[in-house]
Amino acid sequence: MARVWIFGQDINTDQIVPGRYAPIMLKNEDDLRLYPFVEHRPEFASTVRSGDIIVAGNNFGCGSSREYAPLALKMVGVGAIIAPLFARIFFRNALNLGIPCFTADLTGQLADGEQVDLNLEAGRITSADGRELALPPPPTFLREVWSAGGIVPFYRQHGRFPGEAA
Amino acid sequence: MAQTLSEQILSQAAGKPVRAGEVATVAVDLVMMHDSLSPSIIKIMEQELGAERVWDPERVAVVVDHVAPAATVQTAEKQNEVRRWVQRQGITHFYDVGRGISHPVLVEEGVAQPGMVIVGSDSHSTAYGCVGAFGSGMGSTDIALAAATGRTWFRVPETVLVRATGRFRPGVNAKDLALRAARELRADGATYAAVEWHGVEFLTVMERMTLATLSIEVGAKAGLVPPVGIPQVAPEWLRVEEGATYSRVVEVDLDTLQPQVSAPSFVDNVSDLGDLGRVAVDVVYLGTCTNGHYEDMAAAARILAGKQVAPGVRLMVVPASRDAMLRATQDGTLATLLAAGAAIGTPGCGACIGRHMGVLGPGETCLFTGNRNFRGRMGSPEANIYLASAEVAAATALAGYIADPQDVL
Repeated sequence: MARVWIFGQDINTDQIVPGRYAPIMLKNEDDLRLYPFVEHRPEFASTVRSGDIIVAGNNFGCGSSREYAPLALKMVGVGAIIAPLFARIFFRNALNLGIPCFTADLTGQLADGEQVDLNLEAGRITSADGRELALPPPPTFLREVWSAGGIVPFYRQHGRFPGEAA
Repeated sequence: MAQTLSEQILSQAAGKPVRAGEVATVAVDLVMMHDSLSPSIIKIMEQELGAERVWDPERVAVVVDHVAPAATVQTAEKQNEVRRWVQRQGITHFYDVGRGISHPVLVEEGVAQPGMVIVGSDSHSTAYGCVGAFGSGMGSTDIALAAATGRTWFRVPETVLVRATGRFRPGVNAKDLALRAARELRADGATYAAVEWHGVEFLTVMERMTLATLSIEVGAKAGLVPPVGIPQVAPEWLRVEEGATYSRVVEVDLDTLQPQVSAPSFVDNVSDLGDLGRVAVDVVYLGTCTNGHYEDMAAAARILAGKQVAPGVRLMVVPASRDAMLRATQDGTLATLLAAGAAIGTPGCGACIGRHMGVLGPGETCLFTGNRNFRGRMGSPEANIYLASAEVAAATALAGYIADPQDVL
């Protein structure tokens, strides 16, 4: 089971990881795992568990190009992020790092702290009381990148960019 | 079929006609990376991609602007690693501490030109739209891949058109237009899209950069001003075509536009300055790629000339580039600002990312000419940041509260 973490709308990258906590500012770069939502939601980093799901409002990840924002979420094992709309740089960064992102509005349908099952292949969330929520399938070229584990493994395997003719 | 500026540029770069909605692999003309993210980009290139060399050392630009000069031992060490890598790679466009923020610097150096595809490791890389380039921000992995291959992929964006008519009244300028558009479009209004700014041919290149940099704050992939009325020469194929498709049109009447202010802590939380009420400030911060240009310092100096900053207010001025600072030095603008009580910083990003050179403490209120007022952006998450133009900044520095330039001129 995975815990659902509910976030509001327009969550920006300074809320995910403030610029003051960038890897270049840290003595030990691995400490980045201590800082997702360090100021916005200080209990997150210490209580999140591998596989947990972020369910957010509109425009998740707006602001900076800092890949260390989704990287911090990856380091603590966030299993998927679901939001009605993702800011584009964040979406590309998450895709490149192999974090599954689904475009859907589930903020009203799941509660913070709720335990659910996430089935990535089937694109389905099942709540503890048996409710099933469908996740819209991402476009094929995005799914290819995720299943390769990110853009670097994808490029190394295929020698081309997503959507480019083989 | 008529094309938007983004469709024209991406068609050239893809080597075939492309339209909004298509996914295209394109050749990039320039890859920009800065000190803050270059260490991660280099690591991804070398360790994950196995790429020892950049694809073209003359088309990768490296700028030390985010923590310049270094604020800590770690940042000093990381910057030295970047310098050594730049030397090994034979990178020609390297701009070190003091040269300024990447975006104005690459324009001043003539590296960024109309019609180019420019990707940068900074979200405000939309800036290059000020000369009619398709500039777009990306994360470290995308930049590493682009630097290693000279290529990237884009979903060709739809275009949101912001059409200005008329002329600014005194005390109103490009920042007010950009904030007015953000007020209309909201923070997600141009997500996955490009913005084109029409009706602003009378603006200088750096005034256009104000519009282009703020395009990311409405979510845009690129923010372009048609390249007419500037010294840079556009390729013949690049021009506004009648009949191009715009997904949305926002009209702004400059004749009636009032000074705009974005209140904490979302950029699109914008109102007319006159509707704001009395907001006392501790710090006025003039700088950034959005509004740290010569034009901004000169406009502030006109308001501050012969006067003094209000007691208890700190006025920080961090020029966007050395060229801007040099010009402001030569014509007396900086002397005017210093005489009024300003503290001047090294050209660069300054406290915009909250790392050095004037970070804010808890409970402080700052009037900032930059582009983001997110909680914690400039330091303490308990500080309040208001965004406005350089002219509002100068008026505010005199009054001690957020003030209309018209009231102090």
